[in-house]
Amino acid sequence: MTSLRKSLKIQGRVINALLMREVITRFGRENLGVLWLVAEPMVFTLGVTAFWYAAGLNHGSAIPIVAFAITGYSSVLLWRNTVNRANGGIQSNLSLLYHRNVRVIDVFISRIVIEMAGATGSFLVLALFFTVIEQIEPPVDPLMVLAGWMMLAWFGAALAIVIGAATAYSEIVERIWGPASYLIFPLSGAAFMVDWVPPAMREVVLLLPMVHGVEMLRDGYFGDIVRTHYDIGYVTLVNLVLTFLGLMLLRSAAKRTEMR
Amino acid sequence: MIHLESVVKSYPTRFGQRTVLDHVNLRLGRGRNLGILGRNGAGKSTLIRLLSGAEQPSSGRIHRSMSVSWPLAFTGAFQSHLTGLDNLKFICRVYGVDWKPMVSFVEEFTELGIYFREPVLHYSAGMTMRLAFALSMAIEFDCFLIDEGLAVGDARFGHRCHVELFEKRKDRAFILVSHDPTIIRMYCERACVLHEGRIHEFGSVDEAYSFYESALVPAPTVVFD
Repeated sequence: MTSLRKSLKIQGRVINALLMREVITRFGRENLGVLWLVAEPMVFTLGVTAFWYAAGLNHGSAIPIVAFAITGYSSVLLWRNTVNRANGGIQSNLSLLYHRNVRVIDVFISRIVIEMAGATGSFLVLALFFTVIEQIEPPVDPLMVLAGWMMLAWFGAALAIVIGAATAYSEIVERIWGPASYLIFPLSGAAFMVDWVPPAMREVVLLLPMVHGVEMLRDGYFGDIVRTHYDIGYVTLVNLVLTFLGLMLLRSAAKRTEMR
Repeated sequence: MIHLESVVKSYPTRFGQRTVLDHVNLRLGRGRNLGILGRNGAGKSTLIRLLSGAEQPSSGRIHRSMSVSWPLAFTGAFQSHLTGLDNLKFICRVYGVDWKPMVSFVEEFTELGIYFREPVLHYSAGMTMRLAFALSMAIEFDCFLIDEGLAVGDARFGHRCHVELFEKRKDRAFILVSHDPTIIRMYCERACVLHEGRIHEFGSVDEAYSFYESALVPAPTVVFD
């Protein structure tokens, strides 16, 4: 076996071990157990959907509000929760680094995978459920939905590694992320369509990469009943830069990690 | 063979960089062993962390051509909400070993009874130690790292650890660090002293011992009389 294949095999094994450990630790074996992975984000999304429904957040547009809320809030989960979990991921798993095969990146990957699985599962189950009870229509262009979802997931994963690794340099990052994510949320495109924003403001809002992802997702979901604004090239570029930056930070973060 | 080549480790403090290990050179061959004596704060645990790979040196290189264990009986990597069995599975998965054949050994060795399937959270200090030692024995290594790790539980358990490690695995290499010269004398064929970030090597344990006793350690003060 070549050494690359061997390393990949070890890494796969370690990530698998971390996944099992993380899932049992977080969700336990009582009541729903592992199903909480999907149930937790579902409860969040349902709650938010109920609020938005009551508040009439679609601003009288043609968009069905339930589908609007599900596509919007699920996409927030994808980038916000993933970063939340990676944030501080190094500190709480430091002692695992005594096992030489376990690398900081494995800890991040396993946490990212879990969050993505939860958010994706929740989105699928809710969309399917509301479609079956005929509250929402199925997506017009499922491939476009998938593309938007992938872009958001990539963005979430890359940002998670950047923020997670940056905490090894300064604890300030860890503290800033909480308020920052809270402030970005209303601008993230989850609760509005770019088309509703005055044209002068659109360019500002479209600086946020997740806005493009949500617009893509909704373009795929609703098709021609909405007018969407996004630039796939822009998100791809931002994602590439973040991925590169994250891996760079991680390289030296591993060297900086200190144990007690 | 483990080979440390001019290894430096320094940490940032509020008063600038503090060098804990200052150009340390060490060699340990397969099946050989080494005791490292050092006072509290001499850098013994830092050395163990570097040897295990948990931390990287600030400069210099560490070559390993044999597998090196995590610090023996290390309890820090336990996830307290997992059971003893879960922790065994985790360790086995990380090292690519089938966990099923290990269960009976660990159960028997730790004498945890029903607690083996309870969260580690509910364990006493002694139970945690027994589990940690058993997990260390579940994975085979060429070289064991022992950080004062021999003060395990009661005398009976101490004896069983001794049998597992120094009798059944007497062909393995190990590095034992301690502030206690008697332990080093008992187990090691060679000893060196870690003092002010530097390694002082000696031909025999006795020389290391007398250097440590006379030059470094003030006569012990009696705390309880």
